[in-house]
Amino acid sequence: MPAIAVRDVRKRFRTVQALDGVDLDIFEGEFFALLGPNGAGKTTLINTLAGLCLADSGTLKVNGFDVVADYRKARRALGVVPQELVFDPFFNVREALVIQSGYFGLRHNGAWIDQIIARLGLTQKAGTNMRALSGGMKRRVLVALALVHKPPVIVLDEPTAGVDVELRQGLWEFMRDLNREGHTIVLTTHYLEEAETLCSRIAMMKEGRIVALDTTANLLRSVPGRSLRLRLVPDLLPPLLEDLHPGREGAMHTLELRDFGQIGPIMDALRQAGITVQDMEIAVPDLEDVFVRIMHR
Amino acid sequence: MGSGFVTLLYKELLRFWKVSFQTILAPVVTALLYLLIFSHVLEGRVEAFPGVSYTTFLIPGLAMMSILQNAFANSSSSLIQSKITGNILFVLLPPISPGEFFLAYVGAAIVRGLAVGVGIFIATLGFVELRLDHPLWTLAFAFFGSAILGCLGVIAGIWAEKFDQLASFQSFLIMPLTFLSGVFYSIHSLPAFWQTVSHLNPFFYMIDGFRYGFFGASDTPPHLSLAVVLASLAALSFLTLRLLARGYKLRY
Repeated sequence: MPAIAVRDVRKRFRTVQALDGVDLDIFEGEFFALLGPNGAGKTTLINTLAGLCLADSGTLKVNGFDVVADYRKARRALGVVPQELVFDPFFNVREALVIQSGYFGLRHNGAWIDQIIARLGLTQKAGTNMRALSGGMKRRVLVALALVHKPPVIVLDEPTAGVDVELRQGLWEFMRDLNREGHTIVLTTHYLEEAETLCSRIAMMKEGRIVALDTTANLLRSVPGRSLRLRLVPDLLPPLLEDLHPGREGAMHTLELRDFGQIGPIMDALRQAGITVQDMEIAVPDLEDVFVRIMHR
Repeated sequence: MGSGFVTLLYKELLRFWKVSFQTILAPVVTALLYLLIFSHVLEGRVEAFPGVSYTTFLIPGLAMMSILQNAFANSSSSLIQSKITGNILFVLLPPISPGEFFLAYVGAAIVRGLAVGVGIFIATLGFVELRLDHPLWTLAFAFFGSAILGCLGVIAGIWAEKFDQLASFQSFLIMPLTFLSGVFYSIHSLPAFWQTVSHLNPFFYMIDGFRYGFFGASDTPPHLSLAVVLASLAALSFLTLRLLARGYKLRY
């Protein structure tokens, strides 16, 4: 059973078709990325899953529970870290967490609250009013609020936007641990290297549709663009290598590669021509290259 | 009833208790100022009910007006603040049903309304000796009146998208209906036309019934007032629950 099952979901806001027939399965225990440019429909999809937004048609399930017909169970199974830095100025950090626990029917949740407070580096701020916290600290509280009921499915909507490196690393370490414990993690982010490093599968959205869905490895393989960059003495390429679309980037010659097996013959050709390799780099396409290619398709 | 309701009610109570100077003490002081001015100017010139001085007549009216206005302010301000700051998310994400949401917001409005009412009675104890002939009637009208205004507060809080719209609701609907409901006068002192108009105002029945609990005298039979109040509450509760179930302006 998928942790998240989305079937032909459509949502229109006046003139904008925010979701245009989205189908998506995210499986239990996955670390999954939902990527796309601003306005692609990522947040609308998350909000529809969380019940903050009502789909015009289609169905969404969390852990098998329909988000409309069985909303209580679906919401218990889901923790959402929202994109905006929202907070209730009437309460301090611990009060906010205790109250949020209560909303989920957890009256004696102190031990877990202490644990997430400590894990997110909020211990010194537990008694501080939310208004007095920095942006980064508020972001940590939002993460804590989403985790307060130990949801099996955790959705983070751009959780690292505008936060420092320390928090970002600490947050991902925490998420990796939760993922190892069996939690399904879904994240949206504009930092593509985060998605590439953390996520085993990625969906890309554009204009309300899923335009790519595959494992991270397959997506990276799908794009050509591996190249070999060489600094040579003397500074010239033997004619044998003309088929590899040679180019130049400053002092480096570039050669396009179909696969890494071509490197051996290239080195042989250089050696036979009496050319010495002074410096060598291998460039491989990253998720950003994949993203740009898919978005401009 | 899930514990989501208990926690939401607790949160709403804590919210106004944390700013009790503004939410309880300030309305008590405002009511006292009304009392000082109106009783000074009109005492001895107006007799609303036989044998009841104007100041004595005025206190229940002022108390009920404050109860109603504060019940409205509680639910409406909490919702509009949460919507504008975005923290309404924390209530919309958990498994809280529309019924629990409704009962928690209206329940907190009732508690604040009653707290302000009690505060006014304590503060006015030194002014006059107030009778309380039918305390249960007083309590019933205070309770159901607060509930009605709590419902209206929820509706206004959901509907309004900015503070300006909420202020319009308060200034152009709630304030005129409370001021023209017989807080400061008996409607028998009005011309026949305005007496008829007053009978179309549900706030009149709340205040008239509430006053009956004190003096055993009223402009309208208390059973009729109670029936109007309960019918109004039922209609507004139905409307509020429908809006919440549809997610009107909450779940877009």
